Amino acid sequence: MVQIRGLSKDFNGIVAVDQVSLDIQRGELFAILGSSGCGKTTLLRMLAGFEQPSGGQVLIDGVDMTEAPPYERPVNLMFQSYALFPHMTVADNVAYGLKKERLPAAQIRARVAEMLALVKLETLAARKPDKLSGGQQQRVALARALVKRPKLLLLDEPLAALDRKLREHTQFELANLQYQLGTTFVVVTHDQDEAMVLASRIAVMSEGRIAQVGTPAEVYEYPTNRHVASFVGNINLIDGVVTGCEAGRVALRCEALNASLCVVCAEALPAGEPLCIAVRPEKITISRTEPDATNRNVVKGVVRDLGYFGDQSLYRVRLTSGAVLQVSAQNLRRSASLTIEWDDEVYLSWEVASTIPLHS
Amino acid sequence: MSTATPTVPPWQQWLRRAVRVPYLWLLLFFLAPFLIILKISFAEPVIAQPPFSALLVWGAHGLQGIRATFENYSFLFRDGYYGIIVLSSLKMAAIGTVLCLLLGYPMAYFIARQPPRRRQLLLLAVILPFWISFLLRVYAWIGLLDNHGVINHLLLSLGIIHKPLTMLYNNFAVYLGIVYSYLPFMILPLYSTLERLNLDLLDAAADLGARRWRAFVDITLPLSLPGILGGCLLVFIPAVGEFTIPALLGGADTLMIGRVLWDEFFVSRDWPVASAVSVVLLLLLIAPILWFQHLQNREHEAST
Repeated sequence: MVQIRGLSKDFNGIVAVDQVSLDIQRGELFAILGSSGCGKTTLLRMLAGFEQPSGGQVLIDGVDMTEAPPYERPVNLMFQSYALFPHMTVADNVAYGLKKERLPAAQIRARVAEMLALVKLETLAARKPDKLSGGQQQRVALARALVKRPKLLLLDEPLAALDRKLREHTQFELANLQYQLGTTFVVVTHDQDEAMVLASRIAVMSEGRIAQVGTPAEVYEYPTNRHVASFVGNINLIDGVVTGCEAGRVALRCEALNASLCVVCAEALPAGEPLCIAVRPEKITISRTEPDATNRNVVKGVVRDLGYFGDQSLYRVRLTSGAVLQVSAQNLRRSASLTIEWDDEVYLSWEVASTIPLHS
Repeated sequence: MSTATPTVPPWQQWLRRAVRVPYLWLLLFFLAPFLIILKISFAEPVIAQPPFSALLVWGAHGLQGIRATFENYSFLFRDGYYGIIVLSSLKMAAIGTVLCLLLGYPMAYFIARQPPRRRQLLLLAVILPFWISFLLRVYAWIGLLDNHGVINHLLLSLGIIHKPLTMLYNNFAVYLGIVYSYLPFMILPLYSTLERLNLDLLDAAADLGARRWRAFVDITLPLSLPGILGGCLLVFIPAVGEFTIPALLGGADTLMIGRVLWDEFFVSRDWPVASAVSVVLLLLLIAPILWFQHLQNREHEAST
């Protein structure tokens, strides 16, 4: 539905977006995730038509929209600042896009009313934007962007300006609304939680390029490179050197941990090749007794730090080599005393299958 | 201890008093002359020094009575001459203001869209003429516009014209003078509103289907209305009572109240009528100022 082909943008020789290609399906809630300055906003502005690409193409429903000005695209943008017109009422803000389409007044009124009902703002139609709370302004901005029934709705950090509680609530509302309307949403965000909860697929961006595209679970559990692994969620990164290879498994020696570990890897790697592996804190089991080592990687260490969060505890375990691994454990049983305390000697183990090989 | 009241340190009390000094100044040098003019406007002209009758009549036994007449005001309204001049002044000031707006708006818009460093430079250029005396600058235009002036000389020597253009001592010169002198007063308030405009709003308008011109009309123009009103008042009000420009650049047919006042005071020496004209003019000009104040208050309330 939206096809982005080798899209690039440089500002006076500084590359902001570098050869980005993406296919976004109809009705998808697609997130572009990246830290500030990774080029995600520039990419969004090129989709909206505010920036002319230096190279590449944007196709919407097969129609080349690369050169089209913003007012001719079937695309609407919800601005991070909301950009509500301060001199117009809520209803006039929402009606603006329809008035530019020169629809009959009765039809405009009906569609504005329908939209305001959808975002539950009927009672505030006559207010000016500066008389609204942040959450209400956000909904006006959403209604205004949706009222023209765009094929593609772009949302620039849609929840960044809301406080934490409201953000969590709005996340689900937004996802429900998208499901109801079936409009294709592209959300740009730096907040990985937001991307994970909202999106059906995520593109992780870094330095103007797409680092990985996948479902939230794919991006989290099967990151393909170091950047994605460390940007999305907590992770332990371990550098090692391949020592052997058999039956789809690669054995490697990790000097930093002073341990030999295994990882599932489809391709055979020659001995001596460096390989980075990663393991998520929640995949690691922490125990005081030595675990069974079949199909598991096991290391030994001492608890240096302990964070108790109620539902889970976070441990920082220093290994005999001096390296530190993060481990999280669900507090599944009700107990006022912790079974593992500071300075306890512990074994850390995780399944070979839970170990992530990172090639770059 | 609980009865301790917040006390204001003495230096702050002094500061508060000091802040009132400008108000005293205004009271003294605005209100006092106005009251004197008001008093004279109710007097009768006499051939004496000063050339008007006293308001308070003193007899042997103290104050005998007040002699006030509305004759000057009723003369103003009976005699159409002054009405025509007031209207003509308002018209010339209004045309001058519109010309300033048409010229100043694009300039202010252009400056507000420049990178910050260049903005400062351009604003400096707008303010620069103030470093030279107003009178000198208006005088300089005589040298430019005169039949033997710089512009005619240049055009004649280039062969573009064959006899000098009459550009001085007519309404054209007065409009030119008004626009030239008051343009900064239009640009500065316009600039300050245009510079504050959130550019996302224009992107949003474009995103919702408005072309650039449409977005300007729908968004930029209404949001810069406070600057337009402010600039227009700052130009219009002094332009109505302008004396220097019509006196130096205007012709015999240039009817502006400032010159008429001068003539009434110093040529006809009819101080009471001249005073009455001043009072009427002041009342006419106070109305738009109060209206603007009212609008600003309302906007201030709306934004808090």
